[in-house]
Parts: sequence; structure tokens; C-alpha cells
Amino acid sequence: MQEKVGNVPMDADLKWVGTRQIRPDGMDKVTGKARFGADYNLSGQLVGSVLRAPHAHARIKSIDISAAEALDGVKAIVTGTDFPEQESKMSPAGEMMVNYNHIRTTVMATDKVLFEGHPVAAVAATNQTIAKKALKLIKVEYEVLPHVIDVLEAMKPDAPVLHADLITAGVSPAPTKASNVANRIELNKGDMEKGFAEADQIFERSFDTAPVHQAYIEPHACLAVVNQDNQAELWVSTQGHWVVRAHCARLLGWETSQIKVVCAEIGGGFGGKTVVYLEPLALRLAEKSRRPVKMTMSREEVFRASGPAPGTHVKVKIGVKNNGKMTACFTEMMYQAGALPGSPVSQGCMAAYAPYDVENVQAIGHDVVSNRPKVAAYRAPGAPMSEYAVESVVDEIALKLNIDPIELRLMNAAKEGTQSAHGPKFGPIGLIETLEAAKNSDHWKAPLGPNQGRGIASGFWYNIGGQTTVSVVLNEDGSVNLTAGTPDIGGLRASLAMMAAEELGVEYNAIQPVIGDTQQLGFNFLTGGSRSCFSSGMATVEACREIAQEACKRAALIWEIPEDAVMFEDGMVRPAGDNAGAHEPMNLRDIAAIAGKTGGPIVGNCSINAQGAAPSLGTHLVDVEVDPETGKVDVKRYTVIQDAGRAIHPGYVEGQFQGGAAQGIGWALNEEYIYNDKGALDNASFLDYRVPVASDLPMIDTIIVEVPNPNHPYGVRGVGETPIVPPMGAISNAVSRATGVRFESLPMSPPKIRHAIDAARAAGSTDLKM
Amino acid sequence: MKHHVSFELNGDPVEVLCESEQTVLDVLRDEMQLIGTKEGCSTGDCGACSVTVDDRLVCSCLMLGVEANGKKITTIEGMAEGEKLHPLQQKFLEHAALQCGICTPGVIVAAKSLLERNPDPTETEVRYWLAGNLCRCTGYDKIVRAVMDAASEMRGAA
Ligand code: FES
Ligand code: FES
Repeated sequence: MQEKVGNVPMDADLKWVGTRQIRPDGMDKVTGKARFGADYNLSGQLVGSVLRAPHAHARIKSIDISAAEALDGVKAIVTGTDFPEQESKMSPAGEMMVNYNHIRTTVMATDKVLFEGHPVAAVAATNQTIAKKALKLIKVEYEVLPHVIDVLEAMKPDAPVLHADLITAGVSPAPTKASNVANRIELNKGDMEKGFAEADQIFERSFDTAPVHQAYIEPHACLAVVNQDNQAELWVSTQGHWVVRAHCARLLGWETSQIKVVCAEIGGGFGGKTVVYLEPLALRLAEKSRRPVKMTMSREEVFRASGPAPGTHVKVKIGVKNNGKMTACFTEMMYQAGALPGSPVSQGCMAAYAPYDVENVQAIGHDVVSNRPKVAAYRAPGAPMSEYAVESVVDEIALKLNIDPIELRLMNAAKEGTQSAHGPKFGPIGLIETLEAAKNSDHWKAPLGPNQGRGIASGFWYNIGGQTTVSVVLNEDGSVNLTAGTPDIGGLRASLAMMAAEELGVEYNAIQPVIGDTQQLGFNFLTGGSRSCFSSGMATVEACREIAQEACKRAALIWEIPEDAVMFEDGMVRPAGDNAGAHEPMNLRDIAAIAGKTGGPIVGNCSINAQGAAPSLGTHLVDVEVDPETGKVDVKRYTVIQDAGRAIHPGYVEGQFQGGAAQGIGWALNEEYIYNDKGALDNASFLDYRVPVASDLPMIDTIIVEVPNPNHPYGVRGVGETPIVPPMGAISNAVSRATGVRFESLPMSPPKIRHAIDAARAAGSTDLKM
Repeated sequence: MKHHVSFELNGDPVEVLCESEQTVLDVLRDEMQLIGTKEGCSTGDCGACSVTVDDRLVCSCLMLGVEANGKKITTIEGMAEGEKLHPLQQKFLEHAALQCGICTPGVIVAAKSLLERNPDPTETEVRYWLAGNLCRCTGYDKIVRAVMDAASEMRGAA
């Protein structure tokens, strides 16, 4: 259990925290020296390549690798049988519970292929050309089966069933027949019947959201070596190298200590690099060939076979008093899990009404499999879809009741002490502060032009802590090495170095922070759940305080006074109490210089399971302009307002806000997976999938609200995920207000908007504004 | 079949043997070990592989290695002069205009090419010029600011 550490008050005079320092890893990144996943090479390395299923759903009747094996330059081939069978049950992996049967099936198909792009075999050859040729020589005989893509289709009683043994969990009595519904969950607070009876009005709508990809610019990549003594090394672009180690060890049947995983610089993840795809294949190929094996996905493979976020269908029903007070909130949601169970539907249920203080809440979720790649986490996994649906209805309520949408939210806002539907009673949270900031912003007061609409939406995400190890070494010259284990995707090293410099009273540049490999530190859970600055920050502070304490001990030895008669302040060790002034104070350099004589190296190690992560809430404002001719939506102005707890490095906090908003704009307006009638993805390229480009977006303004998290020494909450929650609701509300038509489906692409305007006109809608 | 190709790379003459199907991107990364030029798609859609060829901005994934013969190629590795960063590199650091940093080399190379043509671009001109360089992390805000700031500094210095 971690010790309680003292908190640094928000009004403390700080030298580094809250400033905009240049990140220590920045130089390598602007000069092209930084090594990302695909930038590692070893002499004699082979190229690994994956054979992928051409069908959405098929039984594998046979795989014949003999011709490929015989090809010159082919050094190893693996298929599903090269990975030991795994029991289908939830088992611990690091600190997650995962089903290794499902992970194994995702990594390599065995008896069936479950989505187009499902790996069937992998080859390691002396070069790319030979590897590709070998893939063509592998003969796979398929029996093509009927497939299902859409979530509602997959729930129908006559839908093709993906897994003959999949019985819906969470339903009693348990169904006797297999279906595509893996799980039903239900969350209840209060009494729905009573809540709806109290309502003056009830608003009800259903929403659909398309699956979207995380679309990190760096494709998955790794390099694996397995020596003759079976010691393995893996360089990989990942959000969590300890998690990769745990998964690979299990999938390969090895000890974790056999595998050293080095985390490369990571070119974006957003949740999509929390899982394994190529890594176990590369390791097995390296083991078989005893040569280094490098594997990279093409962009097409990334789209076809790595985790998108689920498409969803969400029903919302909200009861309100005429004054706007919500009395009952219901939602039922169906989330695509992809080919194997495990969509983030429970997070969707928990987050749906989390921003609101409502007495009666019910959320029902269905986890549904279909013939698509297994979904992976994407920034606040599960929350953006359900909160989009809820925020759309909240906006409709504001319009219908003629209440200002900020006032309506303020009236119902969750605050400190609110009993959430998903369990915890909230500590201090900053939703009200973000709404007030929105109300006072220039943006909210600015006039709108023709065909323009302004939308607002709030959003919630939990944030997590978890297992974390940080080591801080005071070097003999007084400089400091800091080793953390959560991959740095957007400025973490800078933030940790700033907290360390603050604690130790040294210059920011005196701290040299690195992300260590799995042999250098104890377990670190991955960078996800907005936890890295929170958890590694907490461990950094504790490790630094250990050093400060040790410094006091060393000085006490020299001064021959009791340890508790020495204090550490502003980077100086000085005699305190009765001894004050009796000895010349020493700084850390002085202490470092006498480390050898006073007991040896001075190191602070902190291994914790970081507790006390606190949710971050945000509110987004957006102005859009809708072209009535084409249906195209332009985002004219955007403001993100979010509670950061404390912004350690405001520049990177703003960056998280802006990046999340931009991804949300893509999700709202044009990103989607398009399948053809064969169940194959028709837009597996950046050109056809089209994430927002620079010319699609305006500047994205930010307002950082700071309601400190009392459980973190500097008040950090974690900020990375919340920013993707409000954009879809905010933009949909803006488009609805601009057009006078309420939109219920994402993405709001030009044809959909045209169609909705035309339909409203044909129906003689009096709300229509264009 | 291997081809003998000579070209100028970041100011130095170089020679390389490359396969017919190798792109300039492959040659830079696999033959010259210059890993600063990145591959995000290999289909000309992301701009991570941006380099200049005879001062024209190109996606190196779309140009064959053999076509480099006799040309002058500049990559991210050729931007800093000794220990002095190019103003764009410096401004990207100061503005926190990179998060993961995978797009950064391509964006900086593209931005330099813009400023050579147009030393005083408007925000819109920056956005349209960089429309071929995808960044999934930053929402482009800080990138645009860094480019405008570098442009103004470079104008001041000129
Ligand atoms: S790798 Fe060349 S444009 Fe994407
Ligand atoms: S900083 Fe990550 S893609 Fe641009």
C-alpha cells in the first residue's frame, strides 16, 4: 500500500509545475533521430508477413504450407496450431482480466476466420518479396459461411451465429441457444417507474454511430529476437510493454522473465496499441528461425485487422419537469464487439448519465459480436457514443422547454457528493466550473452568421490509476536519472521531470527522464485510462521524497545530529529545530558527492498501485456552418473547456484537448467503416477513410479548469480521454440548431444531411431553417 | 535487379544500389539508415514520408529509388545546421506542436518547403499546404501556430 503523501497546495509558489518546458525527448523528435516501432533493425533480420482471410466468415478446412516452406529464403511459417490452446475464461494479465482464448483467436485464426483480414498464417523470409511470394503459396481451403456485420442485424434470431458456444451472460434464466449477444448488463439507481411518473415531459430517441478507427499515423511494428537459450527480446510500439510481455508469455507458453520488452517511441495509440497483434507472431517466428524477425503492418492491414471502436445503437429516454429538472433517465445500448466478445458497453452504460445528478437511472447494455475485427480501446472507450446520444436529447429538451442549454446542464449537473449511478459518490469534480467558464467565454457570446448553429455538450470520463514503478537515481555529480515505465505518447517525460525538479529543488534540465524496459523496473500497467501522468507522476513524487529523506539522513550522519533534526527545503538540506544554523546547509550536489562515504548510492524507488484517480469532466462549444446545397458541415469555431485537476504542463494538456476534439470532429462528420455486401471493408486507406486534415479544422481554443484531485500530490486528474467525449454531441447539436432538423446518426456526412433536410422539407417541418 | 543510383543527400554526394521496386523511402530508411523519414501509409496519403527532391515537396513513398538518380534530396536529417536547429524545429519544440512525434519530420519538411515559397503565409495557406500531412494527435492547432511563428521569426531574421 502506498504511503499517504502530502499535497502541494494549488496556490503554492512553484518553479516548474504549470510552466511550458521543452520536452526532453523533443530534440530527437524534431531532428528525426527518435526511434519508433519500425525504426529498429538488427543484422540478419528476416521480414515477417501475415496471410489474412479474404472472407468475413468461413470455416478453415485445411492449410497447406508445404509449397511456401520449400521456397528459397523462407525461414519459418506459423499457423494457429503454433500457439497453445487457451481456456475460454477471464484470467489475470498484469492487472487486467482478459480471455486468452479470445486473444489467441484474434492473433491467429484456428478453425474459423471471423472477419476479413483475420490472420491465418505468418511467414518469415529473407526479404519482403520472398515473404509475399510465400504467402501466395500457402493454400487455405475455406468453406464460406454467411456473415453479419451490423449490430442490430447480428441480434436478430435468424442471424448467422459466430460462436456455437456463445450463450448470453447476464440473463436469467440463461438462454439455451447460442446467439451473437455475448453479454447483457444492467445498471440501476432509484426507481424508473416513479421517476417517469414524476416527469412532465418525456423525450425519447434512438441513435446510431458508425465504427471508427483510432488511426494513429504509425502502423503497428515490432522486432523480435529469440536466442538459442530461449531468452527473447522485443522492440515494439505499444502503450504498455509489461502488458505485451504478459500477453506474449501466455500466448507462447513462456515465463515472463524470458522476454524483455523495450518500448519504442510510439507514433500514436489512442487505445489501439493496448493489445497484441504482431508481437506473438514475430516472437514465434523468431524462435523457429533463430533469426531476428521484423514485422510491420501496412496501413491497409491497420484498418482491416486492428481494433476500431465499436459502432453502436443507443436508445435514450429522459423524463423532465417543465422547469428542466431531470426525473428519470433510461438508456439501452447495443455495442459491436467485433468478432469476439468484449465491447466497452459497460463503460458506455456507466458514463451515459455520469455528468448528471439524477435520482432514477437505468442503463442496459448488450455486447454483440459480428464479423468485424475485434474492437480495441479508443480514448474513453465506450463513453463517446452513449454520451453523444444523451447530450443530443439534453439539447432537444433545452430547445423544447426553451431553457438555455448551459442553464439546463447546470440545473442537473453532477457535483461533489453526487451519488453516481455506476457506484462511487463523486469527490470534488469540475463540471459546474466548466459550464460556468463556457457561459463566460467570448465564444458563447459571439454572434452567429447565416446557416450557422452553435452546439454545446458536456462529457465525463473516469480515469484510472493502477500498478506503477518509478526509479529516481541521484547521480554522483548531483544530476538525476528518472526511469518510468508508462510509454510517453505526448509529453509525459516532460511532466514527470517537472514534478521531480519541483520536489528535489533542482533545475528541470538536471533531470534526465527515460521510459525503461521490462527488465529495468517492476510492473507498470499501460499508458491508458489517462493514467500515465497521474500514476507515474505520483510514483515520481514519492521516489523523489524518498531521495529527500535519504539526503536528510546522510546530512545527519555528517553533522552527527539526529535524522529528524534535519529538514529538506527548496533543494537544500539544513539543520532544523535546536540545531538550526549550526551547520552550513547542503544542496543535493553536496549530498551526492558524499554518498559513497555516507552509505552508498542514493536511489528513490517507488512501486505502487496508484489509488484515487478522479474523473475529468469537460464542456465543448462549437459553431458550425451548414451548406444547404451540398449538406457539407464546416466547423467554424471550437472551444474545449475541461477540468485538468492541475495542468502540470499546460501546453501538453491543451494538446490533449485539441487532439481529442479533432478526432471527435472526424467521428462526428465523416469517419466510418464502410462494408460491402461480402463483408469486406471498402475504405481501408487514409484516402478513403479520411481523418480530418489541417484545412478541415479551425484553431481549437482551450480553457483549462483546475479543480485539484485531492488524491494526487499535485492534484492531477488525467486529461487524455475526456476530450473525445463531448464533440459528437456538441457538433450534432450545432448542426441540429443550424438546420432545424435533429440528427440521430453519425457520421453526419453531406449526403445524410442533405437527405434529412429534404425529408424535413417534404414533411412540411416548421422547425426547418434552410 | 540492382541499380546503381547516385544523388545528393542533405548536401552530400551518395551512391546506393537499389532494387527496381524500392521507393526513395525504402532507400532512405533501409539502405541509408536515415529513419527520420517515416512510413504511415505507403500510398501517398499521410505525408509522413515527406522529403524535398530538387526543392519540390514529394511523398518519398511514391517515388522510385532509381528516379533519385542525379537529384538533390533533403530529409529531416538535413535541416539542422550543426548544433543549430532550423527555426521550424525550434518553434515546434516551443509550441508543443508535437505529441507522439511520428508526423513531425514530414510536417516540418513540408512547412519548410512552404516557407521557401511563401515566407508570409496566412493561417489558411498554412492549413491548405499542410493538408497532405496527417497528424492524429494535435488537431493541428499548435502545428499551425508553430509554422506561423517560425515564419515570422525567419522574416525578421532575413
Ligand atoms: S507514407 Fe508516404 S504518404 Fe504516407
Ligand atoms: S504528433 Fe502524433 S501524429 Fe502528429
